[in-house]
Amino acid sequence: MSDIIRRDPRTEWIARNRLHPLHGTVSVSDEVEVRGPSGLLRKNPHKVGFIGPNGIKRIDRLKGNAAASGKGRKGGAAAEVQLPLHQVENPDFYIVVVPDMVGGRLTGHDKDMIGQAHKLINGLQSSSDEKGAVLAVCFGESKEEGFDTAGVDRLLLLNGDEYQGYCPEQQLAALVQVENTYQPKHWLFPDSVNGGADLGSRLAARINERPAVQAWLVDNSTTLSRGAGGTTDITRGTPRLLMLAEECAEPIDETRHEALDIELEHIPTVIAQLQDQGQVAVDPNAIPLGEAEFILSAGNGIHNWDQFHATATALGATEGASRVAVDDGFMPRFRQVGATGTWVTARVYLAVGISGAIQHMQGIGQCDKIIAINTDAGCDMVKGAALSTIGDSEEILAELNKLAENFRQQQADGSDQDAA
Amino acid sequence: MQHKQTEQRFANDLNIVSLISVGKHPQSGRERRAEQDGRAVELGMSLNAENLTVLHAGDPQQNALRSYAGMGLNSIRVLEMDPAADAIAPLSSYLKQHSPDIVLAGVRAESGESSGMVPYQLAEQLGWPLVSRIADIISVEGGVAEILQALPRGQRRALKVRLPFVASVDNAAQEARQSAFGPASRAALDLQSTQSTTDVIRDEWSEAPARKRPKRLKKVKATTAAERFKAATAKAQSDGGKVMKNEPAAEQAQAIFDLLLEEGVLR
Ligand SMILES: Cc1cc2nc3c(=O)[nH]c(=O)nc-3n(C[C@H](O)[C@H](O)[C@H](O)COP(=O)(O)OP(=O)(O)OC[C@H]3O[C@@H](n4cnc5c(N)ncnc54)[C@H](O)[C@@H]3O)c2cc1C
Repeated sequence: MSDIIRRDPRTEWIARNRLHPLHGTVSVSDEVEVRGPSGLLRKNPHKVGFIGPNGIKRIDRLKGNAAASGKGRKGGAAAEVQLPLHQVENPDFYIVVVPDMVGGRLTGHDKDMIGQAHKLINGLQSSSDEKGAVLAVCFGESKEEGFDTAGVDRLLLLNGDEYQGYCPEQQLAALVQVENTYQPKHWLFPDSVNGGADLGSRLAARINERPAVQAWLVDNSTTLSRGAGGTTDITRGTPRLLMLAEECAEPIDETRHEALDIELEHIPTVIAQLQDQGQVAVDPNAIPLGEAEFILSAGNGIHNWDQFHATATALGATEGASRVAVDDGFMPRFRQVGATGTWVTARVYLAVGISGAIQHMQGIGQCDKIIAINTDAGCDMVKGAALSTIGDSEEILAELNKLAENFRQQQADGSDQDAA
Repeated sequence: MQHKQTEQRFANDLNIVSLISVGKHPQSGRERRAEQDGRAVELGMSLNAENLTVLHAGDPQQNALRSYAGMGLNSIRVLEMDPAADAIAPLSSYLKQHSPDIVLAGVRAESGESSGMVPYQLAEQLGWPLVSRIADIISVEGGVAEILQALPRGQRRALKVRLPFVASVDNAAQEARQSAFGPASRAALDLQSTQSTTDVIRDEWSEAPARKRPKRLKKVKATTAAERFKAATAKAQSDGGKVMKNEPAAEQAQAIFDLLLEEGVLR
């Protein structure tokens, strides 16, 4: 066919006649710019711009950027990009990381450590053409889904029965087996109270390595670590075993990794000398507010204080309060959460009748999950919460109290049966 | 303030060694009784004050040792050596010779490398179990000790371990009693000479006062001006939390309760 675009009077006529049965097929196209029947480029004014949040049509002068932000949440989710995959076929060497996996998920500290491991690998690869991989050894149940984006190339997941509960000796045996099998270039542990420092020290003593603890600036030749209780900096050669301080390196965020599962055979089962008798119930209100894991916090929306205290006891939650509740004399000053009170780090923060003033929100910025009970669906606390229930605090707390007491009753029955 | 004399909690012939080191005040840098080591001595005294050996490897002239003695000790045993030398060898040979039932130490020292490896290395060399970060020893019966271990967020775990063992004492343990000047100056220092090897690896290190660590900045990876503007001005958006508006209170409470169960905060 020739390239000359010819007029088609019939199509032109159909395009002009909105009532023609074929009208839809000729002129209505989703594109803004359409090649008209005459061969000229035509702009379809009905397709220009987008409908703004208030229902009014807006013309996009930002070439697509504004439209993405206008869509808000939905746009953010759809725009999730697939990061490039970093593959290591046959690694010549390994750097082993042993994350804490608090609650079965990688912590921020763990991710920093994996970032550090990749930094070390890059340094080693620049001086030779050997390829290295990060091997993560995780113990116990894992709920983590982001091993790939966190930068794990190989994953050794040990979650057999022998790894349930507190079992540092069994974990040590597994790590020694890893040491014998892979001869890793470096061992990295998070220097944390969640078990990383303990396990790292055990391994260091067993394989006779001198570790650097609280290491915070590490490259392939030198390590800067804190000594003397954090008051001095020690500069030394980088050892094989490192216990890393928080924020030692940037976490991985530009690549996706394989996180291939690997198996390790012949891990001896050790006879544990430390017998785990389980966690002991502690009085939640004896735990300092800044450390508490689960806080039930009261604000101006609480009218029945006896019920609030009873619910906190039944749930086993540490009590917190907003400034208003404290100023009004319902709660002691040391229970105040917020800018002028305590900055809390709870994993779950249950805010009852708290509006979410900025001074209060500052104090709960580090909490993982916020639950709100409030009568006002538009308040800032509800906006920031993972779960909000709109209703009267007294009614909801009464129901919650019932559930908690049932739960405790079942627990007590269960332990009675165990004893019998 | 008068300190209530803690009673010995179990009458027994437990042989306990508490290891002490020279502490360092975090602000002034002055030598002092180390916080955690003080707690280790306190725990040892409350278990069995008669049979407690308080052991230090280093310089006997140190004034800080006297502040441990001021807790009411009759004597402190000092293995004389260069404080910069490696303390593991003399300590482990002492412990092998005297074979105590319990060895208590702090988690990390306040001076020197403060790597916290001493209890681990001693346990490894002696072949004893190590219990880290203990808060208390509840009972010792039939050669088995019941221990409370300190966990993060103020939680505790109960453990059982057969004697002998090495334990590191956490800050959650009973605070050390006040040190009194009179008993401190009266206490005897029981010196033993040892051979120690200098720590050659450490000689290659350089030490300096701690530098301030840079704060991590929020990095914005933006390609266009509009994106940068958005990142700088946008309020933290809610991540689309679930809102229950018209459900009955019972259902709402159930949803909250389920979330609490899922997060594992109900014990
Ligand atoms: C310098 C300065 C420092 C401050 N520091 C702090 C601080 O550290 N911590 C702090 O908390 N505040 C602080 N504040 C105070 C803060 O600004 C707010 O005034 C305070 O947090 C509000 O507390 P609230 O949410 O409990 O009360 P309100 O703002 O009165 O909110 C009560 C909420 O309860 C809801 N409600 C009412 N009745 C019910 C019901 N029956 N059932 C369910 N919900 C109900 C309402 O809808 C409302 O959302 C500070 C203020 C200043 C000026």
